[in-house]
Amino acid sequence: MWQHFHHQADIGIRGIGDSLEEAFAGGAQALMAVICSPEIVQSIDCVEIECEGEEKDLLFADWINTLIYEMDVRKMLFSRFEVAIENHTLTGRAWGEKTDPDRHELAVEVKAATFMELKAYKNNDGQWVAQCVVDV
Amino acid sequence: MGRPMRGGCISKSAGAQAPRLRHPVVMYPHANVRNPLGHAIGRLAPPRWCKIMDRKLVKRRGENKWLVERAGKMRVDGVIFGSEQLINEMDDMVVRQVANVASLPGIVTGSFAMPDAHWGYGFCIGGVAAFDPGQGGVVSAGGVGFDISCGVRTLHTGLKTEDFMPLRERLADALFRKIPAGVGSTGKLKLSVSRLDEVLANGAVWAVDNGYGLRDDLRFIESGGRADGADPSQVSDQAKKRQLDEMGTLGSGNHYLEIQKVVEIYDNETAAAFGIDEGDIMVSIHCGSRGLGHQIGTDFLKKMTTSAKQYGLELPERELACAPLNSDVGKSYLGAMNAGINCALSNRQILMHLVREVFDDVAPKANIRLLYDVSHNTCKEEMHTIDGKSKKLFVHRKGATRSWGPGHAELPAEYRNVGQPVLIGGTMGTASYILAGTEQSERLAFGSACHGAGRNMSRTAATKKWHGKEVVGRLAHDGILIRSRSMRGIAEEAPGAYKDVSEVVKATHNAGLAKKIAKLKPLVCIKG
Repeated sequence: MWQHFHHQADIGIRGIGDSLEEAFAGGAQALMAVICSPEIVQSIDCVEIECEGEEKDLLFADWINTLIYEMDVRKMLFSRFEVAIENHTLTGRAWGEKTDPDRHELAVEVKAATFMELKAYKNNDGQWVAQCVVDV
Repeated sequence: MGRPMRGGCISKSAGAQAPRLRHPVVMYPHANVRNPLGHAIGRLAPPRWCKIMDRKLVKRRGENKWLVERAGKMRVDGVIFGSEQLINEMDDMVVRQVANVASLPGIVTGSFAMPDAHWGYGFCIGGVAAFDPGQGGVVSAGGVGFDISCGVRTLHTGLKTEDFMPLRERLADALFRKIPAGVGSTGKLKLSVSRLDEVLANGAVWAVDNGYGLRDDLRFIESGGRADGADPSQVSDQAKKRQLDEMGTLGSGNHYLEIQKVVEIYDNETAAAFGIDEGDIMVSIHCGSRGLGHQIGTDFLKKMTTSAKQYGLELPERELACAPLNSDVGKSYLGAMNAGINCALSNRQILMHLVREVFDDVAPKANIRLLYDVSHNTCKEEMHTIDGKSKKLFVHRKGATRSWGPGHAELPAEYRNVGQPVLIGGTMGTASYILAGTEQSERLAFGSACHGAGRNMSRTAATKKWHGKEVVGRLAHDGILIRSRSMRGIAEEAPGAYKDVSEVVKATHNAGLAKKIAKLKPLVCIKG
């Protein structure tokens, strides 16, 4: 699941799940919802993603930044994500399709994940949360 | 079905059965929280980082000057410029970020915030700080921002309002067709990595050498259109790959291309030196270094976070990641950042060329000339007088514009007696302003001024409040044509989501940071 949270100039993205992986995937959904309505994006092509980071929160920032990079160079939007994290290494898959401005009603480009409100932790309800503010 | 959760969400597992949300549900302070179906399910307390200014944090030191007194680990005082109204509306985070920047090694004189300041990442947006390399001074990727050298370029068209009005629709449509704008837009220019390296080394000079504009344009760009110290070899392959087809593109968000009318002149002598008069039609372009700049920011924020310990830097917040100016990482960043500046300068030069082509075609009477080009996300090596001695400093301006006063050696002869044009972008429904740099600005904040209106409402709150079509309709009623592919983008950029630019400009003028010269009203706005 995902949420957006308030930031005066930009926007906060947050993923919540039963596992860290689910929280990361939710965060990616929240990222996509900043750019467009993710339910319009079809899962046609798959991109493999790998990132490394010793700290969970920095790994989340890396995951989000890698998705931003892949979207930019491939001119793609994503709608579905799979994440596996083992020994500080994330391997993920993102499914999506080529950007079509006429169909996708794109709101804004995301420039990067920032370290503002960057966190990856287990909350009091035992759920994993991964979040940060993104610069738009 | 997706389970309604506190704060609103879509369950990941719900897949195609999840309710179709036109606008995702958001949490923001002082507001009812609604689930995806629009039912109120609670009320959230404002987060700790979102408050209006606690006036105990600042002491008034003038009509438009407020002191953040040196305390704790701060090495210098903080100074925030702004009227009482702007200070009251400012977030506490601005004070915290001004104070945090004041604690960085080698900071000189003070940590400053301009009247349009709002909280950013490490540095506030509107933050200005200078560092001395001889005193262990640092450079910060967060202090420059992700959109390196984002800036405004304003053009004369040589047209008066009466020449323009009959061509208004045709020019709006032709510009919309010609200027690549919006998410993922690409330009006609496709570069190889080695050609891109030439762009990164030479900036707008490369663009002019390759047929995008006139040699004379370069005189009206900071540093003659080419930032010194650019080192393309310090820019990652990923950053370059993002830029190969993005030269000559506007981007999205708050970036725009506007046709504007000069509606008011405040200083006839300076306006004459700038060559502007009431009724003149101008064009302003607001954009930056696109994917390349964003990736340089991302790469070095990470590198500086990792290297901070190695350099013995104690950071109050991780977002303040920085490196000593004399260190390998610091030098590498300066080389990459200056390459990013050149990317932005070249990008705006190419866009200006496209504007020239459109006007040549639709309005042959037009004569497109450059008034000036300013950057507002930079760290520049500059000479400043400290305690009577001239010193080389590295001045971060994050969401702040240079404001060189009369007599500055870098200014073109036409402006040397009056100071540089300081170009302040407003919203698509209000106004933009042209100011002039002042001598006083050098003493106040290393020759700096504000850069724009600054948001006062989040994007998500704006989309809940307005619909794009409604905004376009209202602006059309006010005589402003909007051309954009994204109605959601228009709603997010609605004029009401921004601070009152006139109040920001008034405070900047009254503080002495820059002098008000002219007011411009938008007539056509191309949004990404």
